[in-house]
Amino acid sequence: MATMQVEVVSPERVLFSGEAKQVITRTLGGGEIAFLPGHAPFLGALTECHTRITLADETVMDVAVHGGFVQVSGNKVSLLSDIAELGDEIDRDRAQRAHEAAEELLRKEHDAEAVSALSRAHARLMATGGLTGTSQAAH
Amino acid sequence: MAGGQERILRGRIRSVQATKKITRAMELIAASRIVKAQQRVAAAVPYSEQITEVVKDLAAAGGASQSPLLAGRGEVRTTAYVVIGADRGLCGGYNAGVQRAAEGEVKSDVLDGKDYALVTVGRKAEGYFRFRGYTIAKVFGGFSDTPTYAHARDIGQDVIARYTAGEFDRVELVYTRFISAGSQEVVLRPLVPLDRETVTGGDGKPTPTDGAAADYEFEPDPGTILDTLLPRYVEARIYAALLNAAASEHAFRQRAMKSATDNAEELIKSLSRVMNRARQDSITTEIMEIVSGSEALSGGKAVRQVKLVDLGPIEN
Repeated sequence: MATMQVEVVSPERVLFSGEAKQVITRTLGGGEIAFLPGHAPFLGALTECHTRITLADETVMDVAVHGGFVQVSGNKVSLLSDIAELGDEIDRDRAQRAHEAAEELLRKEHDAEAVSALSRAHARLMATGGLTGTSQAAH
Repeated sequence: MAGGQERILRGRIRSVQATKKITRAMELIAASRIVKAQQRVAAAVPYSEQITEVVKDLAAAGGASQSPLLAGRGEVRTTAYVVIGADRGLCGGYNAGVQRAAEGEVKSDVLDGKDYALVTVGRKAEGYFRFRGYTIAKVFGGFSDTPTYAHARDIGQDVIARYTAGEFDRVELVYTRFISAGSQEVVLRPLVPLDRETVTGGDGKPTPTDGAAADYEFEPDPGTILDTLLPRYVEARIYAALLNAAASEHAFRQRAMKSATDNAEELIKSLSRVMNRARQDSITTEIMEIVSGSEALSGGKAVRQVKLVDLGPIEN
């Protein structure tokens, strides 16, 4: 089966580089988008999201991406992000606490800071096995 | 008293030895940090290359952005210099080089009747310009040897905010580019506005020919992407500059400390030579005193015997 080259790059290092079959991410205002091998050249700005990369051996790698860009050209998908975290490296408890704190804050008043904190925490939780699950048993 | 000089010299040698130990340690620390700093420079290259490529693709696609970051201003009244120096001294001409370059630019701007603004990174650079009475727009410091992306973001956001507010019409980066452990150079790089030239002149390697500027799909529209992308791009440029500066700082410090250690060694050698001579002198004088004393006591008869005493080669 066809694969494509996928790279997840943050300013400080390359988080992931390898072959994959599918990448699902979310663009700014455009909703979720999936890339398969041979996708047409594409450039998009990303929002805080849970990005899923289906590797060549069918395992799914979860990445929490906090903004950034995606570039697709010549069977290569590059995700550029200031802050991106691999699912395995995220402290789920901390994300959970941040999620609760942000929700709490939002209940009192609606400010942009809290909204972005909530979406960050949300992306982290999604990347570590869903919103409600207490363990990482999702996959 | 004869032994006095010897004692003073012994003290000086001891203090030079202590200094040498310190400079040697600093040299070794700097040497080990160069490697780490170099790795960080290398690790940052993929991101800056890719983001440069995206900017180019967007520009090629005619991403019409109204962003002042791209357009520039017709008349340049105020040029801002982001001077990246060190937090600490003891690194040879590292700070002096950057400061001199920045000061030269500022002076020529003033001569042309233009305004300048200084954004200093590193406490040494701040101290230098403050002492000389330059006005400083903003000060950053405390991270010169291990900068992180967050630091670059702070600087970038501040610079962009001031630029957008019209405080500056142009921003230049002054930092020391790290070429290899043996050579670094002070460079002046335009940062904002991002004209075509600026975009291609990044520290990342020039991207390979981006094919037939492929027909990209955009989501959202190119203008919006560009607006969110440009600040990131500026931050990436600052980050690359900070990493280069940090690596250069370590290289400079290593070299400075190496020559300090060598000098200390040299000094110890010449001081011990002087000290040995002083000791020899004092021994000779002492013997002379004894001899002349005993001669005075025993009268003329002793003279012949005394002549047999060989004062020449006294070991140690």
